[in-house]
Order: sequence, then structure tokens, then C-alpha cells
Amino acid sequence: MSMIDMTLAQLADGLRQGEMSSVEITRAYLDRIGQTEKKVGAYITLTPEMALSQAEAADRARQSGETVHPLCGVPVAVKDNICVEGVKTTCASRMLEDFVPPYSATVWEKLSAAGCVLLGKTNLDEFAMGSTTENSAFHLTHNPRNLAHVPGGSSGGSAACVAAAETPFALGSDTGGSIRQPAAFCGVVGMKPTYGMVSRYGLVAFASSLDQIGPMTKTVRDNALALDLLAGYDRRDTTSVKRGYTPMGRDIGRGVKGLTIGLPRQMFAEGLSDGVRRAVTHAAKVLEGLGATVKEIDLPSLEYALPAYYVLSSAEASSNLARFDGVRYGHRAAEYADLEELYVKSRSEGFGPEVKRRILLGTYTLSAGYFDAYYKKALQVRTLVIRDFDRAFEDFDALLGPVAPTTAYRIGEKSMSPMEMYLGDVHTVPVNIAGIPALSMPCGADENGLPVGLQLMGKTFSEPMLYRIGGALEEALGCTWKEATL
Amino acid sequence: MAEWKMIDGYEMVIGLEVHVELKTRTKIFCSCSTAFGAEPNTQCCPVCMGFPGTLPVLNEQVVHYAVLAGLATDCTIARYSKQDRKNYFYPDLPKAYQISQYDLPLCVNGHLTVETSQGEKRIGITRIHIEEDAGKLVHDPEKGTLIDCNRCGVPLIEIVSEPDIRTPQEAVAYLQKLKAVIAYTGISDCRMQEGSLRCDVNLSIHKPGEPFGTRTEMKNLNSFQSVQRAIEEEYRRQVEAVRKGEEIVQETRRFDQTSGKTSSMRRKENANDYRYFPDPDLAPIVLAPDLVEKWKAELPMLPDARKAAYMSDYGLTGYAAEQLVSDKALADYFEAAAKSTTAPKTAANLMITEVFRLLEGEGAVIPIAPEHLGKVAELAETGAINSGAAKKVIAALWTHDEEPEDYVARAGLRQESDEGVLRGYVRRAMEEHPDMVESYHRGKVNLGKALMGAAMSLSAGRANPVALQRLMDEALQQK
Repeated sequence: MSMIDMTLAQLADGLRQGEMSSVEITRAYLDRIGQTEKKVGAYITLTPEMALSQAEAADRARQSGETVHPLCGVPVAVKDNICVEGVKTTCASRMLEDFVPPYSATVWEKLSAAGCVLLGKTNLDEFAMGSTTENSAFHLTHNPRNLAHVPGGSSGGSAACVAAAETPFALGSDTGGSIRQPAAFCGVVGMKPTYGMVSRYGLVAFASSLDQIGPMTKTVRDNALALDLLAGYDRRDTTSVKRGYTPMGRDIGRGVKGLTIGLPRQMFAEGLSDGVRRAVTHAAKVLEGLGATVKEIDLPSLEYALPAYYVLSSAEASSNLARFDGVRYGHRAAEYADLEELYVKSRSEGFGPEVKRRILLGTYTLSAGYFDAYYKKALQVRTLVIRDFDRAFEDFDALLGPVAPTTAYRIGEKSMSPMEMYLGDVHTVPVNIAGIPALSMPCGADENGLPVGLQLMGKTFSEPMLYRIGGALEEALGCTWKEATL
Repeated sequence: MAEWKMIDGYEMVIGLEVHVELKTRTKIFCSCSTAFGAEPNTQCCPVCMGFPGTLPVLNEQVVHYAVLAGLATDCTIARYSKQDRKNYFYPDLPKAYQISQYDLPLCVNGHLTVETSQGEKRIGITRIHIEEDAGKLVHDPEKGTLIDCNRCGVPLIEIVSEPDIRTPQEAVAYLQKLKAVIAYTGISDCRMQEGSLRCDVNLSIHKPGEPFGTRTEMKNLNSFQSVQRAIEEEYRRQVEAVRKGEEIVQETRRFDQTSGKTSSMRRKENANDYRYFPDPDLAPIVLAPDLVEKWKAELPMLPDARKAAYMSDYGLTGYAAEQLVSDKALADYFEAAAKSTTAPKTAANLMITEVFRLLEGEGAVIPIAPEHLGKVAELAETGAINSGAAKKVIAALWTHDEEPEDYVARAGLRQESDEGVLRGYVRRAMEEHPDMVESYHRGKVNLGKALMGAAMSLSAGRANPVALQRLMDEALQQK
């Protein structure tokens, strides 16, 4: 088996047993990138020299006999809204085209301390706002399963490079579905962890109360291994939760017998494409066949989650992105007459249309006279959504639903209609609103052969349960990861 | 302070917003130093400069200090409060929002009692909240506008008073009292010149019994004097405007120190909409009641309690006691002096007259050991030296501190009370000024004072003035 087809678990084994070195693995992935990246366009920045020197260091550490992390020497790709000291972090925006952070995100510090090797920074929708990666200011990313289609977004680059075997795993961020939806579109596994499990320090904020970093991998077990590395309290992020974690994948292989799994009716309502409905319903049947009890459940508040999400996320974004003013770093207009013009021109030139749309939307909803009608109302909806999920998890071990109403769009298909694009987030945003975890994984393909993803949602900190169910489904469905044919 | 006079029956209504910089070692959301006066941009980091991806972590000491301020002003401490973002663009504000508190501040509903010549008055405190300071813009004629981020993220509390203040004197008395109380708690240096205590004045006028008028705001006044002048001037301007039938507009006005005038800065219709909303990066502040109780126990004795103690223990007047407690260092000094002496009341008087006169500027240190001042008071009270000599001793010790008795002996200031010697001075004074004696007897009794002065000079100022006066009177009666 070629190293680019190996899972994280297999690479970790190979490294431990001395069958391969980090430098060999890294070279294999860099070679693969060399062959396929022109077609896929998953990366914004490649860091081959840095990768090789990190790989050499990882190999030395292993050879010296010191105890190393099992993933020491394994390459990784990082979404380009997560800071790595000394490496450009652009957020796929003209605004930060040349921004090199003098600090690293906590997640990168953790990966780096474990000995992971950075292959590069991946493409995304500008500032993580979008569902196709078409909002990148730099270039398109193509879905490796079908190059005429989008990879989803906003972590489209991360999903695409895992699907294309251009990395064994990648980091994404998920504010309203940005890990799960591209994972579903590209046929890979992605986890949106419980809010507060993974530090947000160094993740360029989109909507602080919703953003969460998570892993994107080839398999469910790999995902659990990667999340083990990312999870943990960080004193630099006071929204991270102080608690300890046992291995996330500890229950994989225990089966689903005796578990109760809910199908939220609101997630199977009209608007769901036949291909998606068929594959997800099939997965539910498979679970039943494995001994789980599967029942429908009503989550009435989900109907309001989407508008609430767009109010809250845009409000926070309008404030979070105000710091990009051309004064200290980032794009500054070449000419300006006064301070006002410096602001207006720098921001007009630096931001793309979708980012501007969200800033305007958020500014509007927070304005005097509108706050109660929008922001406050949205917070109330948030409380209702949390309550609905809480109630559901009294009776259910997990909920199962589609990730997105459809499979991957054709490139250009939705880019002119923001509203239609937003509606595609209808099944992913409730999870962020409630702060609960959700695992996105492949469960088949539609009539065009495009991957379909399902999501398993659980109560807060129930990631091990989601991996347990996901592991069982993965095995039973036979949806094991395959390298995209490019 | 000159008494302010009401014009045409218009009463002024004032509320003050006071910003106090807290004396924490590090900033409110990062571990940068808060030290004053460092080279520009040497005390900042990605967090306080608002770099993308960085997050604030609340310094617990800030909450602790703000709660102490609340406890010292009889506020109710909120068990649950939160931090909000105040959004506006300005180059000194790196994140383009200031983290402050909007609808759930840390402390609410307190008060201070102030004393003016009109007597005691209670001024309500609406709220105290925590927030971060902005940076400083430096305008350089060649390089343009430069930003110094050292102040970004320095912790502040904002203390908002009720509109209970009715005269400039009350405003200044409130500020002085607030400054004293805050300084006592040790949470701030309260140096107005360095900007660690700044005051915004909200002022409107009305006729008593009628509703309040439209208010204007004057920002960043940095001395008691400018607060008083700004109030007097703005009051005069508003009364004049109303007399002319003009409408007062809600606006922010600038007070110019040199001209003594206020001028419009920003009208309400052009005011920022700050779009406050809860900061999603920061968890709510939840305070356990036992923690607040523990902090309460840390509070030192506050000015009002000390004032009461000085009045009952040392028999000081309310006025004298208030002056001594206005500054914690002075009060501490007085207490040390009072404990060392048998003449605490005289020590208090010497402090209020001589020491206050010699002290220069905020935070200046008294160069005389407190027990030396106590000794001078004792020497004065027992009659060992007279009051004029006491002044001389203090002035001398100010430049070179030593045992007062040593200086008294060396300078020959010990009071002369021997009646025989004093009679000698009286006799000589009368002999040297026979004309005065004669005039005195012809009815110019004022000249008794001149003769007394002459006798005192002959003693080189050392004569016991009471005894000398008695002997002089006796001698003049005999003639």
C-alpha cells in the first residue's frame, strides 16, 4: 500500500515499527501534491522546506529513543485561518494577503509539539464565510471526486486535500457547518467538536460563540486520533472548558446494540435531494440492523435556527472583522485623504462581497433600534434550540441526519444567489447554535456518484459516542476512504 | 474657593463620570506591564494590539480591585455581570471595539458623603464598571500621527454618579472624596496629572421644580481646577443661551484650559452608535458571595471612619479632620505623629497650616519624620517653644530633618518664660520707645501692640507671648 493511501493509524504504526520515516512519508505527500494540486487547488501556501526539516526533526526524535507522540512525523494541512508563526495566514482574503503572524494558534502548538509536519495552509471561503470555497480571494478549489464541482466550504481546501490524498489529515474550522459540509461534499470524515473542547486561540475569529476547530480525516478512527491531539483546556481561551479527556476512539468497535438513535423530522423535510435522503435513510436502516433503536423525533425550534444563526454569526463577524482597518497590519489603500478614507478604501478593497454582506448584515442587526428585534430574538431562539437538543438527549444517545440538503454543487451554480447558499446550511447550523458535537462522514453516493454525508449529533462532550456509532456505520456501510482518482 | 452664585434662579444639575486607572501589575486581558512612562510600543503584544486570532483573558485582579472600589462606595456587588463590546473605529483602538460593561456592571447603587461649606451631602453612585483603556496617538509634524499601544488594555474602572450634584463646589468635593476613597483602597494611584484619574462632566440647567434641561458633556478634565472652571463656564453659557431663547443641544463639548471656554465637539446626531453586545470571547463574571466578603475584609479604614475617629479621639473639628483624611498618606502620617505625641491636636493644626503649605504637588512626601512633628507639637503645647518658633522649626526640619529639640537648642528657640527676664524685655522696650508709651497713655492703645512687638524682638522671638503680654499690660497700667 502506498503511503498516501494509508490512514493516520497505519502511518503511526509504520513509523512506530520503523517501516517508514517521516521524511519518506512527507516526500510521498509532497510528490502527490506535485501531481494533483494543479487540478485540485486545495492549498494557498505550501511549506515543503519547512515540512522536510520538521520531518527530519521528527525522525531524529524517534531515533533518539525518546518517547514521542504516536503521530510524531505525520504530515498535516492547516486551514489558512489558523495562525502558524512565520507562515502566511491569509484567511483567503486580500486583506491579509501578506499577513505573517508572529504567534501560533494553540492547536498548531499542540500539533507541532507532537511532531506533526506542516505541508501547507489550505484554501477556504474568505474569512470562513461561504459554503463552496468560491469566496476565496485567490483561487477556486475543485472537488477531487468531480473537478467540475465545488468541494464545499468554508474548509473546502482541507476537505479536498484529504480526499485527494494530498495530506493524511487536515484541520478545519466550523462556525455553521464549515467542517462537516465540505467533508460530506468530498467524502471524508470531519468532526465539529463540542464548543470549548478545542482552543480557539490563533483561529482568526468569524463568530466567536460558534467557531470551533476540528479534524478532517480519511476515517472515523483517524478522526478520533486527531481530536485526541487537539482537545484540551487552554488558559489563553477562556471559552475552552477545563476538563480532562480519555481517548476519543475508546468505544470504537463496541457496536451500537442497545443504543437509541433519533431522526429529527425537521432534517428530513422537503428540500432534501433524493440522493441524500436515500443514502441517509439507508444508514439509519443499517444502524437498526446492527441492533440500535432508531426513532423519529421532533425538534421544532430547528426551523428558526438558520435565521438565528445568520443574525448571531453576522453580528459577531461585524465586530470581529472591524479590526481589519488598514492601520496596523493587513491591506492598506495606497492613497487616502484622511482617516475616514483610509478606513473606507482599505476595507472596500480588502474584503470580498460575501464578507462585506455579512459585515453589513451584522452591523445592521446590532444597531440601535434593531438589536431587540434581531440579536436579542436570535439569542432567545438559541436558548430554544439548546433546550430542544437537551430534551432529545434525555431519550437518545445520538441524532442522525443529513449534513447538507444536496451533494456538491457545480462550480458557479450557487455563487450568484446568497440566499440559496445560506439555505444549504440549514442542517449544520443548529449544532453550532447549541454548541454540541457532530460527526460528518460519508454514507454513500448520489446518482452522479457524488459523495453523500451524514451527521451524527450528540450531547456536549459525547464525541466518543459519536465515534463509536460512526465507526460501526463506516464498517457496515463499507464506506471506507478511497483516494480520489485524479 | 469662591462661592458660586445662581443666575436667574437656574440650578445646575451635574453628574460625573470618573475613569480611574487600576494599579494592577499587568493589563486587563494580557500579561503586558502597565508601568507608566515606558518607551512607546514596548509594553504591548498581539493580544492588546488586537492581532487576528488572539483572545482576551480577564485579569482577576481587575475584578478584585473594581469590587473593592464598589465596596468602598457602598455599592451592591453584582453576583452576575458580563463584559460587552463597544464598537467604534479609531486608530488608538486596535480591535475597533472597547471591551467594557454595558447593562450588567460589576457594582451598582452606591454613594459618597461629601462636605462643603453648605454642610454634608450624599451623592449617589449609579454604577462602577470595568473596561480597557485605548492607546495614545502622538501627532508628529514630520512623521504624521503615530500610535503608542502601551496604554491599550490598561485596566480602568468608570464610576458614574447620579445627577445629584448642584454646585461646582459639590462637584469638586465629590471628586476629592472619591479620589481619597479610591486611593485608600490602594487600587489606583489616582494621579490626575498622569491621567490615572480623569473626569467627564454632564451638566444641564433647570429651575427647581421643573424637569431637567438637556445636558452637555465635557470630557477628560484632568484637574480639580479645570473641573470647577469648566462647570462654571458651561453653566454660564447654558444660562445665557436659555435667556436668549436658544435651545441647548445634546452634545460633547471640549473645555479649553487656556481660554477657559467650552466649544462643541460632537453633536448627538453625529454620535457613534456603539452597537454594544456581549463579548463572546469572555465568560460572564460570577462572584461567590463569600469571595466578596473576603475582599470586603481587606478594605482598610476609609476616610469617613477615620474622620469620625479623629473627631472623637483627638477632638478635631470636622473641617480639620476632613482635610487630614483627604489623602491616605497624609492621614497615615498624621496618625503616626499623633501616636508619638501627647499633643495630637496641636500636631493636626501644625499639619493643616505649616505642612500643607510646604507640601508641593500630588503624591509629594513629607520629609520630616512623623514623631519629630509630634515632638514639635509637644514642645509648642507645653510652652517650651512658642507658635512662631514652631513654624521655624518645621521649616528648618523640612530641609534637614533632625531631633526637634536639638535644633531648638542650637537655634536658641526655647521659649523664655522666666518673669524676671521677661520684665527686663518689657522695661527695655519701654525705655527705648518713650514716645510710644506716652502716646499710649494719651489714648493710642494700639501702640501697646507695637511695644509688645518690640519686647518680643528683644527676646529674639523666644518670649512666652502670653506671659509677655501680661507683664507688658501690667507695666503700662502702672505708669
